[in-house]
Amino acid sequence: MDVTGLSLTTITLFLPMVGLAILLFMNGETQKANLKWVAFATSVVTFVASVLMWINFDPSTSELQMAQRNTWAEISLGDSVINVSYFVGVDGISMLLVLLTTFIMPIAILGSFGSHIFEERGREKLYYIFLMLLEWSMLGVFVVHDLIIFYVFWEVTLVPMYFLIGIWGSEERIYAAVKFFLYTMAGSILMLIAILYVGNRAGTFSTYSAGGDIGVIERVHNWEGEGTYWDGVGPEGESEEAGFLFNSVESWLFLGFLVAFAIKVPIFPFHSWLPDAHVQAPTAGSVILAGVLLKMGTYGIVRFNLNLFPEATVAWAPTIAFLGVVGIIYGAWVSYAQDNVKKLVAYSSVSHLGFVVVGIFALNAQGLQGATLQMVNHGISTGGLFLIVGMLYERWHTKEMADYGGVWKMMPLFGGISLVISLSSMGLPGLNGFIGEFTILLGSLGSDYLGFAFTLFATLGVIMAAVYLLKMFQHVFMGELKKPLSSEAGYKLSWSEKAAFIPILIMIFWMGIQPIVFFNMLDVSVDSIVALFVR
Amino acid sequence: MENLPLLVPLVILVPALGAFINFFFGAKLEEKWSGYIGCFASILSFLVSLLLLTYVTGTNGGAAVVNPPFVDGWLRIDSIGLDISWQQRVDSLSVTMMLVVTGVGSLIHLYARGYMHGDKWYPRFFAYLNMFLAFMLILVTGNNFLMLFVGWEGVGLCSFLLIGFWWDKKAPEGWKNSNAARKAFIVNRIGDFGLLMAMFLIFWTFGTLDFHKAGELPNTEAKYLVHWREHNGLLEHKEESAGEDEAADDGHGSSYKCAPAAHEADDAHGADDAGHSAPNPLASDIRAIYCDNHHFDIDLLGVFGQTTERFGKGETVDFNGFQMAFDDVIFLIALFILLGVTGKSAQIPLFVWLPDAMAGPTPVSALIHAATMVTAGVFILVRSNVFLWELNHGGYVIGMVITLVGAGTALMAGYIALGQWDIKRVLAYSTISQLGFMVAAVGIGAYVAAMFHLVTHAVFKALLFLGSGSVIHGVEHGHHHAHEHGESGDHHDDHASPHNDGEFDPQDMRNMGGLRKRMPITYITYLIGTLALAGIFPFAGFWSKDEILADAWFEGFELNELSGFIAFGVLLVAAAFTAFYMWRQIVLVFLDDARSEAAEQAPESNGAMLLPLLILALFTIIIGFINVPKSTPIFDGIYQPYEFKHFLEHSLVSVSRGHSLDFNLSIAGIALVLGIASILVANRVYKGNGLGSGNRDLLEEGGASRPLFRLANARLYWDEVYAALIEQPFNRLAGFLADRVDWDFLHNYFHDSIIKRGFDTIADLLGKPFDLGIVDGAVNGVGAFVLRAAEWMRRAQTGYVRLYAVVLFIGVVAVIALMIIPFVQTLLAGGS
Repeated sequence: MDVTGLSLTTITLFLPMVGLAILLFMNGETQKANLKWVAFATSVVTFVASVLMWINFDPSTSELQMAQRNTWAEISLGDSVINVSYFVGVDGISMLLVLLTTFIMPIAILGSFGSHIFEERGREKLYYIFLMLLEWSMLGVFVVHDLIIFYVFWEVTLVPMYFLIGIWGSEERIYAAVKFFLYTMAGSILMLIAILYVGNRAGTFSTYSAGGDIGVIERVHNWEGEGTYWDGVGPEGESEEAGFLFNSVESWLFLGFLVAFAIKVPIFPFHSWLPDAHVQAPTAGSVILAGVLLKMGTYGIVRFNLNLFPEATVAWAPTIAFLGVVGIIYGAWVSYAQDNVKKLVAYSSVSHLGFVVVGIFALNAQGLQGATLQMVNHGISTGGLFLIVGMLYERWHTKEMADYGGVWKMMPLFGGISLVISLSSMGLPGLNGFIGEFTILLGSLGSDYLGFAFTLFATLGVIMAAVYLLKMFQHVFMGELKKPLSSEAGYKLSWSEKAAFIPILIMIFWMGIQPIVFFNMLDVSVDSIVALFVR
Repeated sequence: MENLPLLVPLVILVPALGAFINFFFGAKLEEKWSGYIGCFASILSFLVSLLLLTYVTGTNGGAAVVNPPFVDGWLRIDSIGLDISWQQRVDSLSVTMMLVVTGVGSLIHLYARGYMHGDKWYPRFFAYLNMFLAFMLILVTGNNFLMLFVGWEGVGLCSFLLIGFWWDKKAPEGWKNSNAARKAFIVNRIGDFGLLMAMFLIFWTFGTLDFHKAGELPNTEAKYLVHWREHNGLLEHKEESAGEDEAADDGHGSSYKCAPAAHEADDAHGADDAGHSAPNPLASDIRAIYCDNHHFDIDLLGVFGQTTERFGKGETVDFNGFQMAFDDVIFLIALFILLGVTGKSAQIPLFVWLPDAMAGPTPVSALIHAATMVTAGVFILVRSNVFLWELNHGGYVIGMVITLVGAGTALMAGYIALGQWDIKRVLAYSTISQLGFMVAAVGIGAYVAAMFHLVTHAVFKALLFLGSGSVIHGVEHGHHHAHEHGESGDHHDDHASPHNDGEFDPQDMRNMGGLRKRMPITYITYLIGTLALAGIFPFAGFWSKDEILADAWFEGFELNELSGFIAFGVLLVAAAFTAFYMWRQIVLVFLDDARSEAAEQAPESNGAMLLPLLILALFTIIIGFINVPKSTPIFDGIYQPYEFKHFLEHSLVSVSRGHSLDFNLSIAGIALVLGIASILVANRVYKGNGLGSGNRDLLEEGGASRPLFRLANARLYWDEVYAALIEQPFNRLAGFLADRVDWDFLHNYFHDSIIKRGFDTIADLLGKPFDLGIVDGAVNGVGAFVLRAAEWMRRAQTGYVRLYAVVLFIGVVAVIALMIIPFVQTLLAGGS
């Protein structure tokens, strides 16, 4: 496999930077009207590029595809040399999340087209530059397979999001932005330490093997001779011992990565940055945050925790899945108690991502495929919900549920779309959300590591999703119109608003009725991970 | 003939298309055309169902599995053999349900054209109705539990939309409507939880969710019967089927040799190896091959086939994480399914949504909340009869549990119905009660009786609801007429606009009376429906209710099953209640004199509404004859006995193993006498007196019956108890979690005192030494960056976000540059 040539992955990854460069050289005042078009066009082109990747993608192999690896730096440590390399490529899981990212971006940009935030805060140019930067860094997280570069991309995502919230957010934006930054940083530092240890120990930062160099994963799994796995003991039986969780290196490394990811997901109880960030962020920020950014956490768990530390994964699986179940119920319950629409949707993410966590730590094909699919589903449905909240806010300038009511009457199309997206979010069969949830729960029951109680309580989340989402739908869309808008024209959806919904609706039905396409994409890649955990 | 089942996707697609047109183009269509499209879609669906009926009868109970067009598979993960497909099933059970749904559905569509006339959401109403039909037909035709579940939740959604159809009415009524809708959805979700759990267990136990695989004969016990009937053209049932294999061979020679038909869903040609002449390659996919399931590899059988083979063998199911005995798993599955049933079919403890669901327009109440959707629970129980039958014969108490739920519900709801004033609410509780009859019938193993009652009940309860709609419509218009003499011609915009000016409630029976003169056709048809519901000979309800009672009698007194005794006793009382409250309703609504101006001036409804009433009344009279018991005097000479049972048993394994009873004159007599006696008592109580003083019920007047009436009137305080025990604690806990735990503790305290203070401390530790000059100004590199970052972070919180922004941006650009440079270098190196 030629891994040094320019690959399609690289092109896709750097396309947003092209857009960013163009934006940089545009005049923010005189060319104001064109800024959004440049950003939109870039995101669409990036989407097309990622679709090309998909077309090129061969679902029958778990190898990285469209891979490229160039040495970036060589660090000498004693007599060993550790490579840091620019290493990109996709397997099924990456591919799906790349598609999600490039899918959500144009929608988020469309969602900001008519936004009033520029009238208040201006700086449209900077705004779109940050969106481009964000897309680039998120794509980087999903395609990079070198731990150091991964860390860089991981951190870079913080920057544009920090400013999106801090500059264009609502009243308490500064508090929310700083909190978001601090929390994620705190976790990341632990991950950095773990990464350095892993690289040092394995002699490379590349996770996968390529071009004759052995990657961390392969090294870990074939560590016989020099003592297998992280603690220099055999792969069998060690994790069963009581001391493993807190006395082993692998376990600590696992936790180092996990905390960083858990904060991002967020897994209960690391979620308290989320309501602030979501509520204060501008619409596009919330859409991207819910749609893609949170998935970086779950993706990281699948990619690094499961692959690099299989024994620790097994040992920790019930504990973390338990937190996932708590998150499902807790998130739903807290969500139900909210009076602020945006906060309600924000907490629903905690509940939904709880399903993903349970699916991942079921450690079987159903659970893991369901979890990956659920990442995408949540991106689409919750992204859609934030769009809805954004459009409501553009019109009524309030997030309080009590101020709404009867929106459906004035905006029948909008009400209908909102209903479909809410139903998709609460997992109505035939729509996308159900497929992920069902597969996850199916996996959790037949898991080697979880079992009946996990499934039972996680499934309760299905009831509670209906409870909080219907509360929102009823209070906002049904009942009597409480605050009529000043003009009838305000009730109309603009073309960009309609255009933002169309792809979402298509995906909701497509993934609900024919998920087979996506399962196929994942099947082999997931299987190679699951193989680590077959008892 | 053999290709007819290929039409079955149409029963779903046609209403779906109708819904689609009305959703997206309804606003542009004239009202008339919206209605036509809705009705046409429904009727077309009904005609297709009739064709499918001819297939099932023509092939002597043939069953077919059809893969629909356009979609290829559904939930499929190849590496682990998970394959749940969009697949439909045509067999006598699904055809029965299809006919009920589309038949009654079509009449209700026709009726709704009149009833909803003038409503501003008219196209949307028909779109919802069509969508409901599509989902309901997915529910009944699905060949696996998951597809059934799609329909199950889909009809729940339509129910939500239609209960809350008038959510935009003025407060508080509009809000009440949307609350009722939400309540229905959420309570049903609790039931759905049960169904989901059942499905997870089923999948890990059987490796599939399919009811029966293509080519598998659902009921091998009926095989002898099939061939026997084919050869002799007789319909007598012969229980003992000696020499099954010979019978199969005699009947069809080697051409029907057992062939494990295409078990890969997309392999339509797979079954052809048996060599029978099938010119159409699809035929092999859709034909039931008369073979013995023992010849199948057990793993290739559907859920029910496997159950028959595996139950009671002491097998253990391995869920990887834990193990469980096979029989226990089935018991657990059945209990979870039962939870689903209590939600959808409104049984104790989840029935509370159904009375509130009457907030929807009356055609909706008739279609969804009486005739079709609420029977889905009974349907799934009958579909799963193999589970229940095996469990009952394996010594599990599932039959007892189901009987208790059903009979308890029948009695409880029947009692509450005695004390209701709202005409639709009486019918709602009556529906709950009758569903209880069906569930109890399933509990005692009388699956055919349950389905029989489901069919007849669908007809006469739809009739009663539509009749009540006609009454309400009339009283409303009478009210308008009485109070707005000027514009009495304007009949037709009353529903959507708030019409309850003042305190007048057009559904309150206290405002009615004497309507038989004003609305004669409604009266006659309503009377027929009432007699049927009360189980009076020869109307439909008599036959079906009697069959349940006879089965219960047999189960109790002949087989000495406790559940049989309970069912018989309790249902008999419930039947007496039924006759009583229905006659009370007849008296209060139609007899005596009018008690309000509105009732005095109520006009008879228009033809569009009366025609469906008449058709339904006709079927209420005759539909009971489809399953006349053997040796019924006179009737068995005219009708083929147990026609319906013979039809159904091709789908139900347990039926032909069970009993089919002769007509039992004494039981029929007891039930009939009890029904008539109840009517007479009700007539004696209410007739002539009307209401007591202060419009009180006459039962409330008397000393002994007063508390009883009040208890019924208060609906046994179910809602209040639930509010106190579940709703309020749930809300309080939600508030506590959100405000105290999440916000005050995690969000504020934890953040301020741990995360933020931690950062501040670190920043201070790093920053202060520099400030104090311990290290002088020559510091550079990492140290300074950390210092500044810490400072900025603190300042940022006090507002210096811009400075922070600039510096971080520079940092980002630097990182990007660092990343790109080596990359460019490599490119250049590669290029040169």
